[in-house]
Amino acid sequence: MNFTFRGKRISGLLAVVPAREHSFLEEMKNFNFPEARSRKLMEVMGYDKHRLVEPGVCVSDLAVFGLQYLFDRNFLGRDDFDALILVTQSPDQLMPPTSNIIQGRLKLKQDLFCLDINQGCAGFIIGLIQALLLLEQPSIRKVVLINADVLSRRTSPKDRNSYPLVGDAASFTVIERGAKDTALYVNLKMDGTRGEALTIPAGGFRLPSSAETAMLEDVGDNNLRAKDHLRMDGSAVFNFVQLEVPPMIESLLSFAGFKREDIDFYVFHQPNRFMLQKLAAKMKVPYAKMPMNVVERFGNSSGVTIPMAIASSLRQALATHQFRVCLAGFGVGLTWASMLMPLGPLDFCELIDQP
Amino acid sequence: MKSLAELLNGIRPEFDFRLSRDFIGDGMLDSFDMVTLVSTLDKTYGISIDGVDIVPEHFQNLDTITTLLHRYGVQP
Repeated sequence: MNFTFRGKRISGLLAVVPAREHSFLEEMKNFNFPEARSRKLMEVMGYDKHRLVEPGVCVSDLAVFGLQYLFDRNFLGRDDFDALILVTQSPDQLMPPTSNIIQGRLKLKQDLFCLDINQGCAGFIIGLIQALLLLEQPSIRKVVLINADVLSRRTSPKDRNSYPLVGDAASFTVIERGAKDTALYVNLKMDGTRGEALTIPAGGFRLPSSAETAMLEDVGDNNLRAKDHLRMDGSAVFNFVQLEVPPMIESLLSFAGFKREDIDFYVFHQPNRFMLQKLAAKMKVPYAKMPMNVVERFGNSSGVTIPMAIASSLRQALATHQFRVCLAGFGVGLTWASMLMPLGPLDFCELIDQP
Repeated sequence: MKSLAELLNGIRPEFDFRLSRDFIGDGMLDSFDMVTLVSTLDKTYGISIDGVDIVPEHFQNLDTITTLLHRYGVQP
């Protein structure tokens, strides 16, 4: 499915990571694997540091901190935006929506469209699509898109498949109207039949959390995890990404009328270094055009990794320059989505720690 | 240059890979070991195995891995 939006732009971007840094080298002893094997994996996948929230910290805590930071520095006025979109898979509560909780904690105006979206690794693109759709309404002047997750709290520390790469983070993206001739192109696909590849089985209404769902079990791969924990079929996810993402990008470029070399940067979701290197090789994209250092520095924070890669790798250049970027997210759902747009100069672009 | 069995032993030294026809089924390679092996093969032979080829059926035993490498012009 393709979309085109005109006359809109990202005007600013902030990424927030918890100050607490964990190291794979320190965590290796928690896994039921020989250290030498884990070290090899570390080298290939890019596992190193990752940022995790303190126990009890929720998505709204990261969101309130980040928004207050934007207000305090006059990057954003409290009353200047008319929609607040939150994309998360780790809401504070089942109800009310966490976007409403954020609105209430900051005492934001009532004329504010608050919306939660349950999406993961493609969540930045999904959130941007929703923001761009809202901006078709004259009454919406600016949209704040928050991508945030604290999935470390639902990941088993004894699961080497998931724990070393998971990261907690939040990003804040301001979207507003721009030059009329600006075009943003989108390609989006979803496939619920493969949804079991990435799941948290318990905690919803189908299988409520209980003492039984909290019990760690060895599911046959030397990892211990509970039904309350994130489960990732790494092989299925890897194959899905390698199979679906390159043709999606070709399709988007064709739809938008650009060649591969016309793109300045390919900023993709950051699952791990190996997967991104394989994508770059397949698509014949030079590594210099594809940032891939987020997992080793901060961990994989689901829908936050694209804005984090932008804030981490392109921050200085985006203060003064405009680039043609191709963004792509892929994961939970399964969902795979991409967007091609001009990006920059940005009014602000920062990456900060939450103390 | 190391043989294929020796490269595999570098990843899982506890197994003799010449004795199995089903590395995955016999618990000698998991999906993360496959990734490590692909990275090793890429570096050793100066190739880049396509992501869509990183599936269990290509890593069942020494013969299937050899067949895969032949497709990339490598005679292990």
